[in-house]
Amino acid sequence: MGSDALFYVFGAFAIAASLLVIAQRNPIYSVLLLIASFGALSGLYVLLDAPFVAVIQIIVYAGAIMVLFLFVVMLLNAPREDTQHDERVLPLLREGPTRFGGALAIALVVELLWALTRRPQAGSFAGAGVSSVSAIGRSLFTDYGFAFEATSVLILVAMVGAVVLARRDPVIRNRTATRGGR
Amino acid sequence: MTPLLIAQLVLTLFVFVALLSSAAVMVYVERKVAALLQQRFGPYLVGPSGLLQPFADVIKLMFKEELRPGAADAILFALAPMISATAAFAAFAVVPFGASTTFFGLLSEPMRLQVADVNVAVLVIFAIASMSVYGIVLAGWSSNSKYSLLGGLRSSAQMISYELSYGMALAGVILIGNSLSLTDLVNHQAGTWFGFIPRWSVFVQPVGFLIFMTAGIAETNRAPFDFPEAEQELVAGYHTEYSSMSFAMFFLAEYINMVTVSAVATDLFLGGWHGPFLPESLGWIWFLAKMGALLFFYVWMRWTLPRYRYDQLMSFGWKVLLPLSVINLLVTAAGVLYFGV
Repeated sequence: MGSDALFYVFGAFAIAASLLVIAQRNPIYSVLLLIASFGALSGLYVLLDAPFVAVIQIIVYAGAIMVLFLFVVMLLNAPREDTQHDERVLPLLREGPTRFGGALAIALVVELLWALTRRPQAGSFAGAGVSSVSAIGRSLFTDYGFAFEATSVLILVAMVGAVVLARRDPVIRNRTATRGGR
Repeated sequence: MTPLLIAQLVLTLFVFVALLSSAAVMVYVERKVAALLQQRFGPYLVGPSGLLQPFADVIKLMFKEELRPGAADAILFALAPMISATAAFAAFAVVPFGASTTFFGLLSEPMRLQVADVNVAVLVIFAIASMSVYGIVLAGWSSNSKYSLLGGLRSSAQMISYELSYGMALAGVILIGNSLSLTDLVNHQAGTWFGFIPRWSVFVQPVGFLIFMTAGIAETNRAPFDFPEAEQELVAGYHTEYSSMSFAMFFLAEYINMVTVSAVATDLFLGGWHGPFLPESLGWIWFLAKMGALLFFYVWMRWTLPRYRYDQLMSFGWKVLLPLSVINLLVTAAGVLYFGV
């Protein structure tokens, strides 16, 4: 019974925080609410007997990735978003990207309704044995070894790319310029 | 309510109060040791040999006016010190500080001296440490002052950089102990080699221990890595605009983080509550002694070494400490594979 009550608490918290993320006008508050939502999700993972995934969720998403988000928002000093369009017109009838967002929202609602009306299938969920640290490590480095290594190479490429793009070294720029001229 | 549950609640409350008072003790010790190293007397007026000085400090802080800059973000300005203090307290919850005990037969079954026995305790400490960055970043940003913002940015960049080496140093011990639970890791260090060398991880992982302590000092923003509050450049860094009890919360968080890092280092590298001469039920005395020695080391470093330059700190973290910790991890992994520890 206790874990049922906790499920509803965490679930309600996650949904409320996620809704507030998009309802906020101030981007800093959006980032913080997203962190809160990740925290609630991590609580749900604990209830599913997956403490490792729960902690990794906090370390990777709430800890590492959201700090970068916060930095970007803070350093760009993103202003409060103010609506420039007429609030009385429905999103789907508005000009520009808002229309696309409205279409996506409708698709999301339809998908959610479809998912919620289906009955849960027994046995489709992997057991708690997979959630132990050694089991996760083993399957990550054997069954999913290729995907794991390919992802790490992808991240490395992205990192090198970011360094190259951000670098403002006149020597290197001149060298590329002459190479391009040849 | 079973007796075990009551005992658990009492223990939780005890740890909370002990952490609070450890901060007070550390403030006194810090000032006395500083005085000793600088050939002064230190605090001596309040109480016998200045023992009541921390209480006087707390009372003074409580009666100060709570100030908030007009241009500050009110909600985040109030939230930031709370995040810092909460994260500092929460991290200690998974740290075991003694062997299982029945409290001289008071309980029917033995209870662990640990608030929460989590089987991924090492990762939980790491996760909470990564949360404490938010308190500092938000304090720096919400104050709307250039000193605070620069201090907050420096501090978070420093914490993020040194967290990597910190984690790598932990991984070496985890490999040898073959567990993520702190209790298991401590119990793995019980006993001795050849009858006189204790089986502590520090003898197997000396480089790991050095990296852990260095990164730990940087993580807690202490001298010689105390850039967030480099007085000559940044006034007081991220807590420049804070006063009264919200400043006290940052202060408290700094000292509790020191205690937590020392406690974790004791559990991981110095054999926790295992030691000669004392029965296992009194192991917490060993734990306190080892933790106290590490805390003294912290204070000693602060009053001995001058502050580095900021670029030195960054290049040391990324170009020396991180490669060293990666090599340490690789050698450890190879050793575990070869000797099958």
